[in-house]
Amino acid sequence: MTTESVEEFRHRARAWLAEAMPRLSGAMPDRLDDNRRQVERVLQRTLWEGGFAGIGFPAEYGGGGLAPEYQRAFSEESLPYDMPVSLNVPTLGILAATLVDFGTHEQKARHLPAILRGEELWVQFLSEPSGGSDLAGCLTRADRDGDLFIMNGSKIWSSAAFVSDYALCLARTNWDVPKHRGLTMFIVKIHQPGIQVEQIRQVDGSMEFCQEFFDDVPIPVADVLGEVDDGWTVATRLLVHERNAVGGGSPYTSGRSGGHESSGQDDSLAQMVRQQGRAGDTHLRQLVAEAHVRGLVGGALIQRVTSGVSRGQMLPSAGSLLKLFSATNVMRRYEIGLELAGEGAAAWPASSAGVAQRLSEATLWRQGLSLGGGSNEIQRNIISERLLGMPREFAADRDVPYRDVRRGGARG
Amino acid sequence: MEFVPNDEQIFFQETTRKFLSVHCPIPVVRALESAPAGYDPQYWRQGADLGWTSLLVPAEAGGGSLSEGGLMDLVLVAEEMGRMVSPGPLAPVNVVASAVAAGGSAAQQAAVLPGLLSGETVAAWCGEHPVEGVIDGENLLLSGLASPVEAGAQAQHLLVAVRTEGGLRQVLVPGDASGVTVTPLGGLDLVRRFAEVRFDQVVTTPAERIGADEDAAEAIEHQLQIACVVQCAETVGAMSRAFEMTLEYLGDRYSFGRPLASYQALKHRMADNKMWLEASHAVMTAAAGAVASGSPAAGEMVSAAKTWIGPHATELIQDCVQLHGGIGVTWEHDLHLYLRRTTVNRVTHGTPEYHAERIATQLLGAVS
Ligand SMILES: Cc1cc2nc3c(=O)[nH]c(=O)nc-3n(C[C@H](O)[C@H](O)[C@H](O)COP(=O)(O)OP(=O)(O)OC[C@H]3O[C@@H](n4cnc5c(N)ncnc54)[C@H](O)[C@@H]3O)c2cc1C
Repeated sequence: MTTESVEEFRHRARAWLAEAMPRLSGAMPDRLDDNRRQVERVLQRTLWEGGFAGIGFPAEYGGGGLAPEYQRAFSEESLPYDMPVSLNVPTLGILAATLVDFGTHEQKARHLPAILRGEELWVQFLSEPSGGSDLAGCLTRADRDGDLFIMNGSKIWSSAAFVSDYALCLARTNWDVPKHRGLTMFIVKIHQPGIQVEQIRQVDGSMEFCQEFFDDVPIPVADVLGEVDDGWTVATRLLVHERNAVGGGSPYTSGRSGGHESSGQDDSLAQMVRQQGRAGDTHLRQLVAEAHVRGLVGGALIQRVTSGVSRGQMLPSAGSLLKLFSATNVMRRYEIGLELAGEGAAAWPASSAGVAQRLSEATLWRQGLSLGGGSNEIQRNIISERLLGMPREFAADRDVPYRDVRRGGARG
Repeated sequence: MEFVPNDEQIFFQETTRKFLSVHCPIPVVRALESAPAGYDPQYWRQGADLGWTSLLVPAEAGGGSLSEGGLMDLVLVAEEMGRMVSPGPLAPVNVVASAVAAGGSAAQQAAVLPGLLSGETVAAWCGEHPVEGVIDGENLLLSGLASPVEAGAQAQHLLVAVRTEGGLRQVLVPGDASGVTVTPLGGLDLVRRFAEVRFDQVVTTPAERIGADEDAAEAIEHQLQIACVVQCAETVGAMSRAFEMTLEYLGDRYSFGRPLASYQALKHRMADNKMWLEASHAVMTAAAGAVASGSPAAGEMVSAAKTWIGPHATELIQDCVQLHGGIGVTWEHDLHLYLRRTTVNRVTHGTPEYHAERIATQLLGAVS
């Protein structure tokens, strides 16, 4: 327990940030820049050395062991600084969070401090070429062989796997039981013989997506996270962390994250209108205000849901409200951006490609956030079934041994 | 911080809920359709006894609240009244009582507050748009029109914003002052009454001013914020109730041998409605909290709430109508009462577009 109040902590953080972290100048750093991850690893290391890495993580494993208010105060103070924000999702907010919940002492001692020092980036190996929404229907297999499991199959859409170090990977360990009961979650070292990682080009030209092919990959039994054949429990919790992290409600992320992306702090649309000299246009003013209001509403919703869940007044699946809100907010925000940009979204002078090009290409990618981390449709299923108690969808694979379940076509 | 009602506040809220369900259930609301005031004075006095009108008035002035400043308590009352589409001039009475407690002279407080707090009298707030004022010696002559003014025809006191050469002023005048013409208006809500209030060379004395001259602009802005918060809380209550009724209905009603609630197309719409409802609740509470704590962001949050909640409330309830099928567009079904109330709240005290423009002014400067 700390005796330092949130305000005292905030003051100490403010002073330290000014001293130790580089200030943001002008535009946000391009998170897809090739060198960016290296820069962020170093920034994370700086946080660690200052004692401000993993404020909400257990002190026993290198974290600050502090309540969410402290992390929130730090994040607020950190906004003017360059922070290792791409570590938030997925490494800290999703994978490290799941390790905290299910890891053995050895697993946590081995990985959490290394993560907080910026030495290990983690990703999720969940989706497969045969489908992502029906996560429990995964086909990648891990067969027991003494102290090892031998993994074969393929994962896809794993963001940034090529520059990362470890993954949590869901694989089928038992084919004779219904689908949810035959899965196991593994800690997998990404770069090793037997795992081939291929990058996939996205619509905006970036090469974030990866596909992995597993060819007799040996995984020590000690790297099972949670229980053998109980990987669904781990995966479900991981998804709760994911919705919170992407929706902006995670206690583990630091600095600008998820929901903050479109929070009231972002001035870029107003700036665009001013630069165009159209700040007096009534219609555009309404659009700029709408985007701003959506950011404020999103921030208020994050507070309501995180507080409701932490007090036990809302179910953890209320995180789906945040995920859906933030995804639909981004959809609308990109639409507004496109409308403000006008013809500038179609063609730009070669000399000033930057802003306009980024904006319009990002628009092409608009649905990315409505798919990644569980699609909007899946969030709507969760909200209606788990929060509102409406009847569950018919599932043809319920109570059927997985080897007897019908499967459709896979991509590629 | 997210506002979490404490035990006392929850008890207070439940008391109001019980009172409304016993003394003013929906059939009673419907029966008031043609009552001139839209409410029974006895009911309003009983509500005042429960504290509805004293929350924004400090204990020294005869009021009292559970939370600091009382606005968070008032929000709970407003939510309950929204859930029951209840009658009664909650927003105007509270706005005026708070203004008189904050800026009124001792004589004004003594003359006005006891009646408002006991529910014997009511007051109307003529809104943030000023009428014209001409300085005449030490008096101020008012001319102009305020409309629509909630409870204007029932009010013994009118709080009026006035634009003079010297800047904004506020005066509290009797509803029957000479030169004041109050004309009741027809309206969408079954029980909420509005009036047009016309000022024709109305002579007001210095004793009728409220607050120091230089505080008037800020005071008027604060009144707008309170009125909007109460209105938004009421709308959120109405949205919650319409949503609950619809969720229940979808579970009970069958088509093609299965409950409507089992169709994914409808489940997804209810999921969106739930998201809109929670987001509305969240921004309303955030706005109320900002006003209650005197935050510099209060005006921005209030306008965000007004911009967001109005259209989402009416869209949500229209969707509830759709999900009910034919019964949803009948007089017999209660949904239209909710649609009436939330539509009225959407467009009064500034439309969503008006409040979006306030936000735009902050982001982009005023239109020259
Ligand atoms: C930007 C981004 C990053 C990602 N990062 C990762 C990552 O790091 N690791 C990882 O493992 N995966 C990742 N994914 C994959 C993501 O989780 C999947 O794309 C997603 O779960 C959908 O799966 P799918 O692509 O196979 O589509 P499908 O599951 O085939 O779905 C296709 C469409 O059908 C809809 N649908 C499916 N089932 C239902 C249903 N029951 N009811 C209603 N509609 C339904 C879906 O909503 C979708 O619109 C990422 C995806 C994106 C876009």
